[in-house]
Parts: sequence; structure tokens; C-alpha cells
Amino acid sequence: MRRFLANEQFEINCSQAVVMRARRVRISKIEEMVMLASPPSAVDDTVRKPCRLSLSDRIETWLPKIILAPTFVVTLLFIYGFILWTGCLSFTTSRMLPNYEFAGLSQYHALFANERWWVALKNLALFGGLFIAGCLAIGLSLAILLDQKIRGEGFIRSVYLYPMALSFVVTGTAWKWMLNPGLGIEKLVRDFGFHNFTFDWLTNSELSIYTVVIAGVWQSSGFIMAMFLAGLRGVDDSIIKAAQVDGASLPVIYWRIIIPSLRPVFFSAFMILSHIAIKSFDLVMALTGGGPGFSSDTPATFMYTFSFTRNQIGMGAASAMMMLMIVAAVVVPFLYSELRSSRRG
Amino acid sequence: MNCIQHKTKLAVAMALSLAVFSAQAAEVEVLHWWTSGGEAKSVGELKKLMQAKGDSWKDFAVSGGGGENAMTVLKARVVAGDAPTAAQIKGPSIQEWANEGVLANLSAVAKAGHWDAQLPPVVSSAMKYQGNYVAVPVNVHRVNWMWVNPAVFKKAGATVPKTWAEFPAAADKLQKAGFIPVAHGGQPWQDFTIFESVVLGVGGADFYKKSMVQLDQGALQSATMLKAFNTFRMVRKYVDKDFSGRDWNLATQMVIQGKAGMQFMGDWAKGEFAAAGKKPGADYLCVDAPGTKGDFTYNIDSFVMFKQKSAEATKGQDDLASAIMSPEFQEIFNLNKGSIPARLDVKMDKFDDCAKKSHTDFIASSKAGTLVPSIAHQMAVPAATTGAIQDVVTQFFNSEMTSAQAVVKLAAAARTK
Repeated sequence: MRRFLANEQFEINCSQAVVMRARRVRISKIEEMVMLASPPSAVDDTVRKPCRLSLSDRIETWLPKIILAPTFVVTLLFIYGFILWTGCLSFTTSRMLPNYEFAGLSQYHALFANERWWVALKNLALFGGLFIAGCLAIGLSLAILLDQKIRGEGFIRSVYLYPMALSFVVTGTAWKWMLNPGLGIEKLVRDFGFHNFTFDWLTNSELSIYTVVIAGVWQSSGFIMAMFLAGLRGVDDSIIKAAQVDGASLPVIYWRIIIPSLRPVFFSAFMILSHIAIKSFDLVMALTGGGPGFSSDTPATFMYTFSFTRNQIGMGAASAMMMLMIVAAVVVPFLYSELRSSRRG
Repeated sequence: MNCIQHKTKLAVAMALSLAVFSAQAAEVEVLHWWTSGGEAKSVGELKKLMQAKGDSWKDFAVSGGGGENAMTVLKARVVAGDAPTAAQIKGPSIQEWANEGVLANLSAVAKAGHWDAQLPPVVSSAMKYQGNYVAVPVNVHRVNWMWVNPAVFKKAGATVPKTWAEFPAAADKLQKAGFIPVAHGGQPWQDFTIFESVVLGVGGADFYKKSMVQLDQGALQSATMLKAFNTFRMVRKYVDKDFSGRDWNLATQMVIQGKAGMQFMGDWAKGEFAAAGKKPGADYLCVDAPGTKGDFTYNIDSFVMFKQKSAEATKGQDDLASAIMSPEFQEIFNLNKGSIPARLDVKMDKFDDCAKKSHTDFIASSKAGTLVPSIAHQMAVPAATTGAIQDVVTQFFNSEMTSAQAVVKLAAAARTK
């Protein structure tokens, strides 16, 4: 019994020691980083604190704060301030111009009773899911194929990356022409002699949202490819060599070692793509204009229409708050789990 | 020496520019979205008139669509307490803005210019808030037009339909002859434009007023409305399959080029025909939409005037209001724009046959009580309600919804406040 206790004691001590050591290591690492990041004079300051600071020293301490202050204030006001204001407006009866007559949750009730809002939400789920999955899949495959030390890689990389240089409006307009049954792909294939070929998604209320997915994936997957390519270049060669020595085949190496090690890249790509998807406005406007009817509406186009063309600012604000909630619901748990796991690892 | 000379020059220049500024009469700032071709030319005429009166013109053009962008900018300016002199606002929105208490009272100018005598009662009451003029009408567009390419009808051996009952026979003939019967652009407001002509043609002016203006639930759920939706579905059969998202002027081009037989569109379509060098009566016909002979759906553009802070600015504003109402401006503006003058005493000699017909019908319908506001062009009900009804109409047109379902949805949408 005694021995057992002692043993346990030892174990506790031991684990404490490990924790302590780990903490110490981390602290010293942080110190190291701080030392590296801060200019030498800042270190000097801490050394001769009691004596008066010279003017240049004082400027040096204050300068970063002064330079950052306007950005800080502007961000606080124009992002967080206006989020707060929109939140307030969503609880008012605001119509053409903002007013502050309290209306409780009635704008939210009206919003969720509106069929068009449900269409927009459904479209967001479809578009967001397919857009993110499509971009990740195509981006990753292109990156892996490009990473095989092929000839002319730089050229091909630029080709795939260039759609990113276009704005969504240009992409939307170009795809609108290509997907138009009377002008684009359908006409081309029919002119080749396949008279029964139909590709009229753009003018079909049921399928129009998928054309937005096509154009979105075309535009963004090149950028995701570049992100993955950078990630692949960062994978330690020695691990791969070791796996090869162990006799692992190339697909297994990719599946088991390389792709799991790209986890942070997946994380960043997901973040970027999901906010593009939730905010998607210009692409939808240029490609389908929300049509046919309002079948390809997204929450962003809904919000714009109701706030600015239909004099229903209150309801528009409510929909904007719901968009914020969606972003929060997707991003916060993801951010939390990722950041926690990276700290653990 | 050189330097001193330079400085004196600068001082003189500054003094001069100050003098110029103080000598200047009022500056008027006008928000509008007339930035394309004939429209921009029309605005240019107003600018000249104002400059002739000694006022300076500050253009505040925000282009884009039906003025959505302009409205966003305007709201921001008004909320910030920096309203322009005047802005292009029409229909029930005039009342909404007046409700906010930001509009100027133009009664004095109106009295001096005898506006009440010059404008039909329907128009003048739309320009007033609590009995005072707050807006000035510029033009009158007629919406219930059908634009016809007679050559296409001749080739197909069809006659131009005068009622919705005659419509399918004519459209079938066109289709058999290989033409697209109806040139249409699948944008919500264009769907709505056809729909309002259908309601007017099927139900008549009184039914239109009850259902589309007063939003009477009985009328909205009536058998007549069901019939209107059935007719609307029938028209849907005669548009080509690429119609989705097409701009209205491209649809007009299809009629001009003889690919399509007819188009339902307001009289701004005339500008497209004119630009293509076509003559009314010979190359194209402007006829009443089926079943709407003697009825007139109007879309009136107007400028509302905002309260100004200085007496000088108010003077400029009064100048602007009387300039817009002057017969000279109403004539030249509408010649460019394709519409007809809002005042009744303007000579119509220089206008084309379509405009002359429009003018005659305007006066006749105003007397007969068949002059009705266009709901598709935001003249009939507030923006929120218009939008909700438009959603139902465009959803019906672009899906397999039945007329019975549409009637229920329409009645619900009309309750939107």
C-alpha cells in the first residue's frame, strides 16, 4: 500500500516535472521569439528603465501605437460598430430610412415566414457545400499533379492561377454567355451535330444555382491549388524518403502522410472559401441576377434587395444578422478546435 | 522679384475666384440615373435651361439599373443631413419620403405656374403630400403597349390580336412560321410588366384598380384573377427558351430584326426602334396590349425637392421646379426620351405617331377613369408590397406553379406591409 502510494507520488511528481519542463521550454521559446521580434533598443529600454528616456526612444515606443491607432479605431467603428448598429436595426420597424421604434423579434418572424429567404438559405447550403468541396478537391488534385516535378510547371501554375486575377463580375458575365443555351456550350455542341444535347441549367429554376457553383469553382480552385502547392513544398522530404525506404507506395504516402500533414492548409482554405460562399453576391448578380425568378437568390442578394430596393431595412438587417450567425456557426467551432489542437500538438 | 510677382498673381487669382463664387447664383444639385444616350441628352437640356436662369448645375448622376444604386446613395446623404436639391423619385415613394419630413413645399411655385390647371388630377395628386406639391412630374410613360413587327405577322399570315382570346391563334401562326411569337426578357420586372397588362386586359380598369392598387382581397382571390394567371401561363408558352435574364432592349432587337413578332414593353422601347432607323406605322406598330383599348397604365418620372438650408438654395430650387414644368423643357425632354409631357398644354406637332396616340389616350383615359398606375414600375403600391407581389408573379412564370396556388400566394403577398 505504502509503496503504491509512493509510486503514485512519484508519478505525480514526474508528470508535474514534465509539465514544468514543457512550460519552461515554451516560455523560453516565447522569450526567444520576443527577443528576435523586438528591435535591440527595446531590450535596452527594459534594462535602463530608471533613467529618463530620450526623445527618440520615446518616439520609438509610441510610434507603432500612433500608427496603428487610426486603423484600430476605424476597424472598431466601421466593422464592429456597424455590426452592432445592424443588430439594433433588426429589432426596429425601420423601413425606408432607419428609425428606432422597438419591434421585438417581429422582423425575424417576418424573415422566416418569407419563402424567398428559405430559397436563399437552401441555395447557400447547396452552393456553399459544393463550392467548398469542389474547390478543395480540384485544388488539391491539381497541386499534387503539379508537384510531380514536371516540365513547364511555372507556366501551367500561372494558367491555373489566372482566373483569380478576374473579378467575380467578369467571371459571372463570361459564364453567363457560355451557359446561355442559345449562345454558348449547348449551341456549340448542337452545331457539331448532336441535336439532342441540352445544357440549359442557367434558364432552369431547379438547376440555376449549380451554374453558380461551376463558375465559382472555376474561379477559385486555382488559388486553392496555389495554397496546397505551397503546403506540399513545405512537407519534410526526409519523412517521405523514410516512408519510401519502408516500402510504402506513392498513393499510400500521399494518403497517409502528405495529405494529413496539409491539415493547416485545409484549415486556411476552408476559412477563405466559406466566407466567399456566405458573402457571395457579385457572382450571383452577374451570372443569374438571382433568377430565373428568384430561384438562385443567396442571403447576400436577399439582404441587398430587401434593404435597398424594397424599403424594408429592418428585415434586411435581420437577414444580415442571420448571415453573421451562419458565419459564426461555421467558423467559431472550426477555429476553436483547430487552434486548440494545434496548441496541443 | 519673380517671387513677389508670382505671389501677387496668386492673390489676384484667388480674389477673382472668390468674386466669381459670390457672384454666382444658387447651385442646384440633382440626383438622377439618366446616364445613357437619349436620357443623358434630356438632362443636358435641363442643365442649359438652369444655366440660362443664372443658376449653376451640379450633376449628381449615379448610374445603374432602375436607380437602386442612386437610392442607396441618396439615403446615405439624407441620413447625413446633406440632401441634394432634387432627386429622381416617383410613385408612392414620394409619399414615403414626404412622411420622413425631408421634402420641401413647392406650393408657391405651383400656384404661380398654375400647375393644378396643367396637370390631370391623377398626376397632380401623386405629386402632392397633404395638399402641397412636393414633387414635379417630368414625363408620362405608357406601359400597356404591344410592339409589333408587321412584316413578321404578314409572313405568318396572322392578324394582330386585339383581345387575349385572339392571342393564342395569332401566336400559334407565328410559331408555325418559325418566328418567336413573344420577345421577352426573363427579369422579374419584365415578367411583372406582362402580368399587369394581362390583368388589365382580362379584368378591365376597375378590376385592375381594385386588385393592383387597392389590394382588395376579394378581387385578388376572385375567379378573374385565376383567369389572369391562366392567361399569363398561356403567354409563357410563346417565349423562346433563352429568355432568362435577357435585357429588355435585346428583346426589342429581336422584334426589330424580325426574329420575333411582338413585345410587351413601355414606350421607352421606341428609342430602340428609332435608333435602328425604323418608322412607326410602317416598320413597327405600337398597339394597345390585348384587351386594354382605352386603358392607360402610366409610369410617371418625377423629381422630388428636398428642404434646403439657405434662402439662396431655395431660390435655385424654385427655379429648377419651374424650369422642369415649363412647356419648352417638357417638349424637348420627352422628344428625346420617347415619353409624353405630363402637362396637357404642350403642342404635340413634333412628336411621332405613337406619342400622339399616347397623348390622346392619356387625356381620354384620364376623363374616363381608366388611367391606372403601373404596379410593375412602382407607381401603384409601396415598394415592399410591390416586391412581394413581384416575387409571386416571377415565381409563377418561372415554375410549374398552378394558377390556384398563385392566387393564394398573391393574396398573401398583398398583405405585406
